[in-house]
Amino acid sequence: MPSNIHIKITDRNGTTHDVEAPTDMALNLMEVVRMYELAPEGTIGVCGGMAMCASCQCYIHSTHDLADKSDNEEAMLSEAFHVKPNSRLGCQVQVLPELEGLEIELAPEE
Amino acid sequence: MIKTDILIIGAGPTGLFAVFEAGLLKLKCHLIDALPQPGGQCSEIYPKKPIYDIPAYPEILAGELTEKLLEQSKQFKPGFTLGERAETIEKQSDGTFVVTTNKGTQHCAPVVAIAGGLGSFEPRKPALENIENFEDKGVSYMIKDPEVYLDKRVVIAGGGDSALDWSIFLSAVAKEVTLIHRRTEFRGALDSVDKVQELKNNGVINLITPAEVTGLFGPDRLESIEVKKTDEAPQLIKTDAFIPLFGLSPKLGPIANWGLEIEKNAIKVNNALDYQTNIPGVFAIGDVNTYPGKLKLILCGFHEATLMCQAAYKIINPGKRLVLKYTTVSGIDGFDGTRKEAPKSVVKSIN
Repeated sequence: MPSNIHIKITDRNGTTHDVEAPTDMALNLMEVVRMYELAPEGTIGVCGGMAMCASCQCYIHSTHDLADKSDNEEAMLSEAFHVKPNSRLGCQVQVLPELEGLEIELAPEE
Repeated sequence: MIKTDILIIGAGPTGLFAVFEAGLLKLKCHLIDALPQPGGQCSEIYPKKPIYDIPAYPEILAGELTEKLLEQSKQFKPGFTLGERAETIEKQSDGTFVVTTNKGTQHCAPVVAIAGGLGSFEPRKPALENIENFEDKGVSYMIKDPEVYLDKRVVIAGGGDSALDWSIFLSAVAKEVTLIHRRTEFRGALDSVDKVQELKNNGVINLITPAEVTGLFGPDRLESIEVKKTDEAPQLIKTDAFIPLFGLSPKLGPIANWGLEIEKNAIKVNNALDYQTNIPGVFAIGDVNTYPGKLKLILCGFHEATLMCQAAYKIINPGKRLVLKYTTVSGIDGFDGTRKEAPKSVVKSIN
């Protein structure tokens, strides 16, 4: 049985949610946020997960070693607003077993 | 005044397919779209990306899907109002609706089908608190008339194709062009990147990277901007115009004020029946609607468009009975006089 991982997600109102995410469904962080409805529809994952909008931008607060950003993600983040050094596009971060305990915060809506 | 049977707001895949389904019922359609070309997101955002869940197409590029939908609906001669955003809707005493665009074009129809997807695409505005005070007073988010910048000092911000292309273009028109981008890398056609490099080397374009615009100043019109280069103190640059080019993002826009029930940034519809909204005669189909179990998929939009057309027929032809016809059996009669039908088989004895 593939195991679930636990992720702490702070929503745009500042509330932190402890959620479980399966690692066998090829999910990304944006999809986990939508799965638990932690941001209203239409304010997250607007482009569907193609790194073509920044509606799923989040800040990574834990020290997990994430896969490097693709050129597309870099380019999108270079034009997004509210960007910090720990910004990532949620849709580009895959939910993997090694992300157990990940802590993220959703960036403000643009 | 443009008159039609079904006025479709949004020329994406769902709206385009609605033209075909309406045509089978002899209903004429007219489409309004804020973008200058039909196809919606498929042509604007990801024309070169493959889609794998269109029935019978194991793989099709979004741009190709748009072309095929246009081809499929062509015989029903849809009208288009492109590059204009549907702004207001008014119900007339005869029960029809008048929809007016931001450019004042008026459309009249007994049925309105909103197939607006995620909404109309609007420029993304940078988060500068007083930016709205300077809109049309030095700040603009798109360039409509480049002549306006003749002999002016212009600051462009952004790192994509439009920032690069307009910097190149305006460098020949304006007195001074400054391009500001948060990174040193630009994302655009290689030609444009090389050209900007050349113009910068020749001192034609003033390039400031990695930097961000952090303030806008002027008593009424914009007079200067504050730029902060990473790890440096902010500097003030005198300018006549600031043009942030950060791409487009979809907004539900004026439709949100049409008195429609909105839930989850989408229009609530009756999915048990015909995708009608709380306003009789106004339907919402495709990604723009919501109902229990809604899936934002192109194929679901096709289904919703088909049922909407049946309901539209009943509104437009009250009391008339409608029977489902199969195109394979009945063929298709276009509004352009064309007819498509299955080849007839012959019945002949063989001796």
